[in-house]
Amino acid sequence: MVWVNDIIQGILIGGLYALFACGLSLMFGVMKVVNLAHGDLAVIGGYVAVGVIAVTHIPVLWSFVIVVPLMAVLGYVLQRTVIQASLDRSILTTLLVTFGLSVVIENGLLQFASANSHSLGTDNAIITSSFSIGSQITIAYLLLLIFAVAVVVLLGLQYFLSRSRYGRLIRAVADDREAAQLSGIDYRHVFGIAAAIAFGTVALAGIAYGMYSQFSPTTGTDTILLFAFAAVVIGGLGSLWGTLLGGVVLGVAQAIGAQISGSDEFLAGYIVFLAVLVLRPQGLIARRGQA
Amino acid sequence: MSGRAAEQGTPLLEVSDLTVHHGQLRALDHVSLRVFPGEVYAIIGANGAGKSTLLRTIAGLHRPTEGSILFDGTDVTRVRPERRAIGGIVMVPEGRRLFPSLTVEENLQVGATYARKGPWTAERVYELFSWMKDRRSQQTAQLSGGEQQSVAIGRALVANPRVLLLDELSLGLAPVVVQRIYGMLPEILSTGLTVLLVEQDVSQALRVASHLQCLLEGRTTLEGTPADVTPQQVEAAYFGLRGAPADQGSEPLWSGSTTSSRGS
Repeated sequence: MVWVNDIIQGILIGGLYALFACGLSLMFGVMKVVNLAHGDLAVIGGYVAVGVIAVTHIPVLWSFVIVVPLMAVLGYVLQRTVIQASLDRSILTTLLVTFGLSVVIENGLLQFASANSHSLGTDNAIITSSFSIGSQITIAYLLLLIFAVAVVVLLGLQYFLSRSRYGRLIRAVADDREAAQLSGIDYRHVFGIAAAIAFGTVALAGIAYGMYSQFSPTTGTDTILLFAFAAVVIGGLGSLWGTLLGGVVLGVAQAIGAQISGSDEFLAGYIVFLAVLVLRPQGLIARRGQA
Repeated sequence: MSGRAAEQGTPLLEVSDLTVHHGQLRALDHVSLRVFPGEVYAIIGANGAGKSTLLRTIAGLHRPTEGSILFDGTDVTRVRPERRAIGGIVMVPEGRRLFPSLTVEENLQVGATYARKGPWTAERVYELFSWMKDRRSQQTAQLSGGEQQSVAIGRALVANPRVLLLDELSLGLAPVVVQRIYGMLPEILSTGLTVLLVEQDVSQALRVASHLQCLLEGRTTLEGTPADVTPQQVEAAYFGLRGAPADQGSEPLWSGSTTSSRGS
């Protein structure tokens, strides 16, 4: 029964990891940008939520209504300025620039928000309570909610990419941006839209993490970015459902590792990550055509 | 076909003294041309003559170091490629360049995203290429080369271009397929388009062109209507044979002879 509980917890936490990962996957799939500031941007999302709640007294579960659009705008602006400028030089430049962005964000947060950690909604009953099945299995409402949000986000993204006009343009630009230009499409604008969507999911990831645990200025690189990378690599680069599968596999591996020995939690996750890299480098769900 | 009846009007596309560099290499050296409405203007030349560079520069994908491009009297030399496409300069790029993860239909939809008003719709393209409608939900990677080329033409047509740039339609296609695709040209032209095409296959170009220009190492070596030029002139211009004797007894270039053994 203990193992069943571990696997259930692992699957649920996988939803959070999928939220971490899908923005990273989208930006890589469309712009070939490996955004090393991804985790720090999620942390910014968390801090923005803290600020928004303090100012507007909006219920924490509804804070995303404000934070997601704010982060989406930030995503569009960053893409059209800093990231696009580095893309125009080379793919390697984007690595350096997003790494620089990550350092700037972390130190900026340390400077202006101190090294203290924050969390969201510790006084909210839905976020802190759980229910039990039998005597061994306890499920937190929050994890269930996060998992559901992750599935909804992925379904929404899938639908948007495959059915909407802008989704079609995003896939076209990801395939061949020069050919898209010849069809009258300003790929920089389409990149901006894709970045806005990615940053929107990053905001959700930051809020979800803030409710689940606590964040400080360095959480972005030492936790979120690493888990996002692991989930993306395990699941398969560029595959949306692969990120969910990757998140779940990572979550389950960590839960089982923790059961074996408390200190093996993260090690187990990274061993699976490494094993996938060696044995199936294209990921569990290899990208076929679709972004 | 005789002369340029349209010459009196204003050119739709006017390229003046265009020079383009790829790094240190001068790919185009002061090339000029004027394309009048309704023409089929063919640029011929050997590999590396600068034909594709010329077309890509007109489409906006290369920045010229010198010279200007006027489209319908407006200077578009510094205009971004997507703005040129929306304005009516639409190119079918070399090697088709379809969106491989999109279906045939989606490729056409992307082409029509910022379309000008005009006669071309996806339905009209399906009429032109009768096989396409039944296979519109296939991904383009599953199509043959000729079918892909047809989709690429369709994707350009649904934008309702004023001038259609065709870059090496024949590349990598069987002669019979090339014939069939060029056979569509009259129907395409009947909707009022102007065509500027680049072709290595000289016989094909001469068959469809109303005006002809030959490039060699980035320079214009011959210009005229197909009726004006002799096979010897074309051959000399194509390979850069100066003062080639007119009566070598060799076959004319466009009667299907291979070109490989004909170097200097």
